[in-house]
Amino acid sequence: MTRYTIGAAVAVRSAYPPGHVRAPFFIRGKTGTVEQVVGSFGNPEELAYGRNPEQLTLYRVRFQQADVWSGYTGPGQDTLVIDIYENWLDPAAGDHP
Amino acid sequence: MSDSHSHDHDHDHDHLHNPHGPHPYQPDLEDAPFTHCQLMAEAVGELLIEKDVFSADDLRAMIELIDSKSPAEGARLIARAWLDADFKARVLENVNDAATELGIDAGTIPIRAVENTDTVHNVIVCTLCSCYPRLLIGLPPDWYKSRSYRSRAVREPRTVLKEFGTHIDDNIEVRVHDSTADLRYLVIPERPQGSETMSEDELTSLVTRDSMIGVTTL
Repeated sequence: MTRYTIGAAVAVRSAYPPGHVRAPFFIRGKTGTVEQVVGSFGNPEELAYGRNPEQLTLYRVRFQQADVWSGYTGPGQDTLVIDIYENWLDPAAGDHP
Repeated sequence: MSDSHSHDHDHDHDHLHNPHGPHPYQPDLEDAPFTHCQLMAEAVGELLIEKDVFSADDLRAMIELIDSKSPAEGARLIARAWLDADFKARVLENVNDAATELGIDAGTIPIRAVENTDTVHNVIVCTLCSCYPRLLIGLPPDWYKSRSYRSRAVREPRTVLKEFGTHIDDNIEVRVHDSTADLRYLVIPERPQGSETMSEDELTSLVTRDSMIGVTTL
């Protein structure tokens, strides 16, 4: 099941579980835009422990650098695109998929 | 030491070893401490072979396949993409399939190409580990795996690029791709000015590893 479509505003969960977590620490709690729906992959956070993984949709999510780092010194159009699995994404506040 | 190596000059400068004593040997591999991760990798490898998950020959063949890869294969793909717009469209759609057209086995992990243009400059990093399109362009350089590159490429990409001698104009978007998951990335650099009349082989020789990571331009 694919919850988000290209252009959807999404927020990365502010969660801090232990284990083989694949959402970078610095992007948690930040809001971005779905750039691409990549496809379905086994959840690496379960695969890492030899469990039978659930299938998760993987997205490429685009963030404005100025939204990620306070004090980013580059121009306003600079961006960061991160591969993030669906279990780490919530709809951004005010955006209902 | 043979007589041909005479020591008739003065030795008043600093020397790392006694010039008249035995020559120091390079340490054997076994002289370095065997780390926990090395031990685990050896043990898991042996267990997988014992349990017939794969054979020792499979393991050798995979290591040889990885060792056979080099930036030259990615360079061939880029040069062809510069020359053939239809091929470039297929590269942007699916790098692995496009590589197969050139007789290159880029493996099964999907590789995504991102193209530099006059409005966007792409840079690749893996902040979590060292994901890299190894089966297309070989093993990553050590700096790509360093904590310094991995943390700074996302936070201050333009400063990192400057350290590689790369200046990107302020009116161009720097787009950093963090390869954290099941994709690998390959940058298609801009074809250099002045290369219009070059042959495919000449174009191939222009493409560098660093330009396919996005830390340099051509």
